Amino acid sequence: MTSVAQTQASDQIPQGRQIPDRLRTPMQRALASWETLLLVVFALVFCINSFASPYFLDPWNLSDATFNFTEKAMIAFAMALLIISGEIDLSVASIIALASTAMGLAVQMGADTPALVGIGLLTGLLCGAVNGALITGLGLPSIVVTIGTMSLFRGISYIVLGDKAFTGYPDSFSWFGQGYVWWVFSFELVLFCLLAVAFGILLHATAFGRSVYAIGNNDVAALFSGIRVPRIKFGLFLLTGLMSGLAAVCLTSRLGATRPSIASGMELEVVTMVVLGGVNILGGSGSIAGVVIAALVMGLVTFGFGLLNVPGIVMSIFIGILLIAVIALPRLARRFFPRRAAS
Amino acid sequence: MSGRIHISREVVLGGAMLVLLGLIATRFPAFVEPGNLANVFNDTAPLIILALGQMAVILTRCIDLSVAANLALTGMVAAMINTAMPDLPIPLILLVAVSLGVAMGLVNGLLVWRLSIPPIVVTLGTMTIYRGIIFLISDGRWINAHQMSDSFKAFPRQVLLGLPVLSWIGILAVIAIFILITRTPLGRAFYAVGGNPNAAQYAGINSGFTQCAAFVLSGALAGLTGYLWVARYAVAYVDIAGGFELDVVAACVIGGISIAGGAGSVAGAVLGALFLGIIKNALPVINISPFWQLAISGSAILIAVAVNVTQNRPKGRVILKKAEHAV
Repeated sequence: MTSVAQTQASDQIPQGRQIPDRLRTPMQRALASWETLLLVVFALVFCINSFASPYFLDPWNLSDATFNFTEKAMIAFAMALLIISGEIDLSVASIIALASTAMGLAVQMGADTPALVGIGLLTGLLCGAVNGALITGLGLPSIVVTIGTMSLFRGISYIVLGDKAFTGYPDSFSWFGQGYVWWVFSFELVLFCLLAVAFGILLHATAFGRSVYAIGNNDVAALFSGIRVPRIKFGLFLLTGLMSGLAAVCLTSRLGATRPSIASGMELEVVTMVVLGGVNILGGSGSIAGVVIAALVMGLVTFGFGLLNVPGIVMSIFIGILLIAVIALPRLARRFFPRRAAS
Repeated sequence: MSGRIHISREVVLGGAMLVLLGLIATRFPAFVEPGNLANVFNDTAPLIILALGQMAVILTRCIDLSVAANLALTGMVAAMINTAMPDLPIPLILLVAVSLGVAMGLVNGLLVWRLSIPPIVVTLGTMTIYRGIIFLISDGRWINAHQMSDSFKAFPRQVLLGLPVLSWIGILAVIAIFILITRTPLGRAFYAVGGNPNAAQYAGINSGFTQCAAFVLSGALAGLTGYLWVARYAVAYVDIAGGFELDVVAACVIGGISIAGGAGSVAGAVLGALFLGIIKNALPVINISPFWQLAISGSAILIAVAVNVTQNRPKGRVILKKAEHAV
């Protein structure tokens, strides 16, 4: 993917790097950032929704709306790190299917709730390890490997389940997807907030996070400066697998059933969420704050569409357009306003 | 490669296919009878046609995940046109289908060329957009056999010189793409851009345009297959050929087309598609549930891509190899 961008760059006459007369103040930089723009969009969507439907501003309805994004956002946090490091994982939705199938099998064998959660997380971790081993161990491109594991993992679910479904999860298991910690704050929402903080610290305040940026900007330079590139990439695939396993626990618990088609197409929404959050699809830049706001925006838009009775497939058109538009618009802007891009 | 006998990918794959057929023949001799093999080929023809387009795209270091959605949308439009105007001659429907496919390929291509958006993102997005449009234009309804005219349904099944038209179109597509890839400047450009985009640019090849052309070719073939698919199965709905893009990519990867671009052959793509086609047709014969197919395609992609990389790995110091990869 990087090579494509370079090709296009070489179309243009190379310009000397422009050095601005003075740097922007931190305040100006904060105001001009992608995250601020997203916050404005969020506020707009919120206002439009509250005018469009009288049911929108009810705390319980808003709490229900959070289920639209919490599971996807869990994966999106890990995916953001992965994309910043220059890789991608398209198999996340299939990992959910496989983890959910594994939990369903465990239920048939009489596993209790803690065992189910453990099996879900472990399956996710294992899938992440398969991706990571193939990509970092054999040096294969992550796009093809995860396209392959995308059909392999879901394919295994189809082999196990065929056209049947697993149900009969224990009552205590339903708490993860349907339970509330306090008042309108569901377990998933609280988990989302905790993970947002944890991933924010991991990416922005640890040596590990620094290395992730370094790898995404130039993995050869990162290797030469002593960063264990393969090990960190492997870790990121493990993390993405683990988060997919966690999302599988929540989703299965919320739906109370497993079908092999569970969460199909979710990889698109997760990648869209990450890109909408301002993470550069070519790697090297992005922030967790952006992903958090992007998750909220997508959740609200989906909820708003739901209140207006828009069918799911129309929403998926919207998400597809959104994915292309958020990458295309800054590039179009750069073409028409070249001065701004220099800063 | 000095000191080692170089066996081409196509020969290995052809050998593997013969072994596979031999194994099936020991238990089920009827499978390898010419009549049945012709059926298998006819059944695989859509996959072959799509794999040829995908091959051109992959040669230029891109990937087209929207082929199946393109196929489904053109198929639906062809079926709707036929329902509205049953007397419209088939060549005109073919023309509409191919043009529509070209238009969708052009959207992908222009986004990749003019806006430099990574192909994986573009086609992941257009894949859902095209599928969604089918729902919008059809309202989620099916178009069934009785709504289509007889000539519309009969075209791909008509037998000419012992083979159905669908097979002949597959064979023609293989010949046409073979000539395009090996005998024209555009075909050379596909390899040049995939091999080294910067060098291609300096050699006077417009890399972006070449990539866009590959997407248009892939779109055109997907459009063509869209009509053939709907006419052959005599039904059109939102989810036809769902997930078929994975089979198409799998066929290319199995056929030895390097996902890093610049390496691969028409024979490889055709053999890759036939390999998958034989497996798909053999599963019910050897009594394995069709639910296995997705996992088999997935494993085939993984094994093929792993073999490709380990075979083509250049010898040299690890650090230098890394640096070369990053360029």
